[in-house]
Amino acid sequence: MQETLIKLMPNLLDKFPDFLEAIRDTFIMVVWAGAIGFVLGLILGIVLTVTKPEGILENRVIFKIIDVITNLFRSIPFIILLTALMPLSRLIMGTAIYVRGAIVPLVFGSVPFFTRQVQSALSQIDEGLVEAAESMGSSPWEIITRVYLKESIGPLARATTITAISLLGLTAMAGVVGAGGLGDFAVRYGHDRNMTDITWATVIILIIAVSVIQAVGDGIAKRHAH
Amino acid sequence: MIELQNIVKSFRDGGEKQVDAVKNVSVTINDGEIFGIIGFSGAGKSTLVRCINLLGRPTSGTVKIDGVDITALSARELREERKKIGMIFQHFNLMPSRTVAGNIAFPLKHSGLTKEEVIAKVRELLALVDLSDKENAYPSELSGGQKQRVAIARALANDPKILLSDEATSALDPQTTNSILALLKKLNAELGITIVVITHEMNVIKQICNRVAVMENGEVVEQGDVFDIFANPKHTLTRNFIRTTSNLSKVEQMVEEGLPGVAPQKGEVLTRLSYRQKDVSEPLISTAARRFDLDANIILADVEIIGGAPIGGTVVIFHGESSKIDQAIQYIRDKHVGVEVIKDARNPD
Repeated sequence: MQETLIKLMPNLLDKFPDFLEAIRDTFIMVVWAGAIGFVLGLILGIVLTVTKPEGILENRVIFKIIDVITNLFRSIPFIILLTALMPLSRLIMGTAIYVRGAIVPLVFGSVPFFTRQVQSALSQIDEGLVEAAESMGSSPWEIITRVYLKESIGPLARATTITAISLLGLTAMAGVVGAGGLGDFAVRYGHDRNMTDITWATVIILIIAVSVIQAVGDGIAKRHAH
Repeated sequence: MIELQNIVKSFRDGGEKQVDAVKNVSVTINDGEIFGIIGFSGAGKSTLVRCINLLGRPTSGTVKIDGVDITALSARELREERKKIGMIFQHFNLMPSRTVAGNIAFPLKHSGLTKEEVIAKVRELLALVDLSDKENAYPSELSGGQKQRVAIARALANDPKILLSDEATSALDPQTTNSILALLKKLNAELGITIVVITHEMNVIKQICNRVAVMENGEVVEQGDVFDIFANPKHTLTRNFIRTTSNLSKVEQMVEEGLPGVAPQKGEVLTRLSYRQKDVSEPLISTAARRFDLDANIILADVEIIGGAPIGGTVVIFHGESSKIDQAIQYIRDKHVGVEVIKDARNPD
């Protein structure tokens, strides 16, 4: 068994501590950027939904500002965002490199995407439900929590799944700022040094990660479908 | 009492074009009555009713409920006021992720009731709308009529004094419509709740309303007691609405189609008699036939009880001497029964 493994993946075993470190780095980046991005994207998506024309807290100025900024950041390729945001990263995180330095660009790269996903999920709520809640004397805050969020747990779970998987993809590029992670590991050894087994191992780990995220998302969405 | 005074509601139609959905409408709805607002879609009736709970704020005019101008309330006060005004909708608007009990309990949050009291209240409401066995069902598992019953229970959760019904039966089949209307009538009788019904179906008005306002192009063209409106509709639109509910209006079509037995033979007159007063009890047709020596052939009859009094009429073919027929028609008219001559076959030209 061990011999087969050595034969199949000689380089991987050689670089195993680096491999584990890469998994850990990717995990940290996804969890941190994901958690921060989830909160920010959710808030921005809600603000877009309630301030839109005919929304419960209609406000054209706020809506327009968030709308434009979201489009702006969505149109910048992540690889450019990574370097462009280095000064901001230094300001917020104290460094622009390593895993810590990648969090800020990852948040900026995923929040606009997630904001649109949230906006789209919330827009599926029947306006009649909002009107009914208003007629029952619900406050705007209650309408957000008890109607918009409560009634779109399924679509929001799906939106989160899609964003988390795309975030996982973004972390592969974070190697540019020396953040490490699986993408960087695969490029450094698998590609640059032609260690094919390392590329394969990375891909397998990523497939597992994507499958787990998708399964969790689907599970939550399914549980809230009535 | 709900007093809508000089209500105007205008919308900006995308660009600069202004649309007046409601134009200077004044309506007073008394406590405990079932008030109907009828009109075709786009007549402004939904916009008008949304001014009662300010889901849509009127551009100008005042909305008074029990003497209080609610357009002057703060946002918080308005939310409290809305809890006393229940509303039901054409498409029910139940929360799909909540059970029947969860939907009915929705407006009871912050009501100060304990969890046990909320459960008790929900069960009481479910019993009221006859759905006790559906407490834990989800809306998707219910029929349209059941969904509307849940919506009614939810609208009644805070013991409102007013219930607004926005086309609540328009998405339901006729049988279910009748059962929902019966329920509304029961709630009005048992709880004394004032009900404002919006509809495009004259049947709904006929079955449950005390008074009615007829709307067209944002204006109320006619309003009054339902019996009076049915007996003496003044506006063409009102007449058209009434026609949709009566079989007597079918006679013109039947004559056109040449159905046997409908068309008058030579020397006969086809007439429609309409009862317009609450005290028609004389056997008018047979009296007239005897007195003027005529044959009266009743080919259609449709009499209904509206607002506690019979209303409707008959379609009759009179056969006899030409001058006697005229006298008979005059005699019946003198008894305050409307007579329309649909087809006169006495003069062949």
